[in-house]
Amino acid sequence: MTAPLRERTDSRIQGGEPAVRLDGVSKIYGQGKNGLLALDNVSLSVGQGEFVCMLGASGCGKSTLLSLVAGLDSPTAGRIGTEGRRIAMMFQEPALFPWLTVSANVEMAMRVQGVAKRERQTRAAEFLEIVHLGGFGDKRPHELSGGMRQRVSLARALAQDADVLLMDEPFGALDAMTRDLLHDELERIWRERGLSVLFVTHNVREAVRLGDRVVLLSSRPGRVVEDFPVTLDRPRHTDSAEVAKIAGAITGRLREEVMRHGS
Amino acid sequence: MAVDQATPDTHARQLAGLDALELGGGTRGGLAPRIWGRVWPMVLAVGMVVAIWQAVVWAGFWPDYVFAGPAEVVPVLGDRLTSGEYWEAIGVTMRRAVTGFAVSVLVGLVLGALVSRIRVLRAAFGSLITGLQTMPSIAWFPLAILLFGLTESAITFVVILGAAPSIANGLIGGVDYTPPILLRAGHVLGFRRLQLYRHVILPASLPSFLAGLKQGWAFAWRSLMAGELVVIIAHQSSLGERLYYDRELADSAGLLATMIVILIIGIGVDLLFETADNSLRRRWGLQQVRN
Ligand SMILES: Nc1ncnc2c1ncn2[C@@H]1O[C@H](COP(=O)(O)OP(=O)(O)O)[C@@H](O)[C@H]1O
Ligand SMILES: [Mg+2]
Repeated sequence: MTAPLRERTDSRIQGGEPAVRLDGVSKIYGQGKNGLLALDNVSLSVGQGEFVCMLGASGCGKSTLLSLVAGLDSPTAGRIGTEGRRIAMMFQEPALFPWLTVSANVEMAMRVQGVAKRERQTRAAEFLEIVHLGGFGDKRPHELSGGMRQRVSLARALAQDADVLLMDEPFGALDAMTRDLLHDELERIWRERGLSVLFVTHNVREAVRLGDRVVLLSSRPGRVVEDFPVTLDRPRHTDSAEVAKIAGAITGRLREEVMRHGS
Repeated sequence: MAVDQATPDTHARQLAGLDALELGGGTRGGLAPRIWGRVWPMVLAVGMVVAIWQAVVWAGFWPDYVFAGPAEVVPVLGDRLTSGEYWEAIGVTMRRAVTGFAVSVLVGLVLGALVSRIRVLRAAFGSLITGLQTMPSIAWFPLAILLFGLTESAITFVVILGAAPSIANGLIGGVDYTPPILLRAGHVLGFRRLQLYRHVILPASLPSFLAGLKQGWAFAWRSLMAGELVVIIAHQSSLGERLYYDRELADSAGLLATMIVILIIGIGVDLLFETADNSLRRRWGLQQVRN
């Protein structure tokens, strides 16, 4: 499979600079007394080509953080720098357009860039091939299983030809076996494309399986409490002892964080 | 190193296997059983209505010449449906219905698009459009006749006032209830403003718009019948006008025959909309579980 993408020696990507950089970012939902401080002074960076996993309890502001980076919402305070990089995002749900075929959904990612129709179609077929859905281009999203839809969503994100891939618990709803396979696929794609990935999950093993770093977010307000480097050799296996050991340490830290709220 | 390390090829095969397992074979029944499944309840319903009708006639609340029974109406209906004159009347009515509805769709689309898009217009006209729907169309006729005289324009005017608000409302509702996740997906894919509207919001509104069209048709058809009863235009026979003269001449069987024709046309067009709606739901995977 040859990559249908441009060469990654673009001038928009300066070497050494992080791909995504958050400086003292805060987000308050609502106003005044009723305002909810979802993120408090978060500073974080994702290096060029780095795979960063973000962990945190439910409601701690992980989705909020990704929305801010994707430009879906703007921070109340602080700065987010992406230096003009193209950003793709995958949601927890597949978020496919039900009125379009699978192939047309993937093509939507290339519409804005003004790629000609013929080329869009060939490229969409290639991206579907990458996620092993070559023969399904003419199906409708609802005809596919949950795991397949999520792969279409991944193909669509890849088709954006982005430099940064934001993923919000993308495999949360999948069964363990499909998830394991998709981890391997994602790792392969990340490597081949030199993507910078910010991957949100509440599954500690998944974070250790995938990440170069695992960032731990506290709850209410969301803050970065710890940043664990993971230096295990790749490919890793979710069920391996090494992964389990690091995951155990991180889970311990996560427990402390959660208990802080109980008292 | 782990021994069970998967090669890309075994990966692809495992994924394909899982996919095949998850994709149960969904099949639709054949055409004939599906049509039969639709038709027999209708036949049953018609049979029951005719039976009740006959029972009321036999009960003798009214004399025969005031309330005719099925046995008298069916031959009259047959007579009329074989006369060219009657078909001309049907033709006039249908022409008015189609043109009136077509203009309503146009007006509804433009109105709905503007109101759903522009905040000031929404504040100004949003509730007015809903209010217009509650206005009985017959109440517009005095004004329409003042403005246009006893002409077809008066009828068309009222048909549009009856149908366009529903159609506009259907579009506005669809725009308002576009799933936020699809808006976010569209935004992330780089669509903004008009492009987002065209590629995401409008298509997402289609089911609601279709429901608006269906309701708009019902209102258009009612307004048209009211109009044809009130605005009698010389030398232009129409279904409403036939109804009017049948009553004048106390031709009970003829009156009921024409009412049946009006009912059948209304139901027929409604079925067209339902078919369109069903096929859209099937393609989008929005079907309800049937019990
Ligand atoms: N649009 C919004 N308006 C108001 N509150 C919100 C909104 N989005 C999220 N929140 C609140 O912000 C907090 C963080 O939410 P979220 O980022 O979705 O958490 P996570 O993804 O980590 O589960 C939650 O308490 C949530 O209720
Ligand atoms: Mg979330």
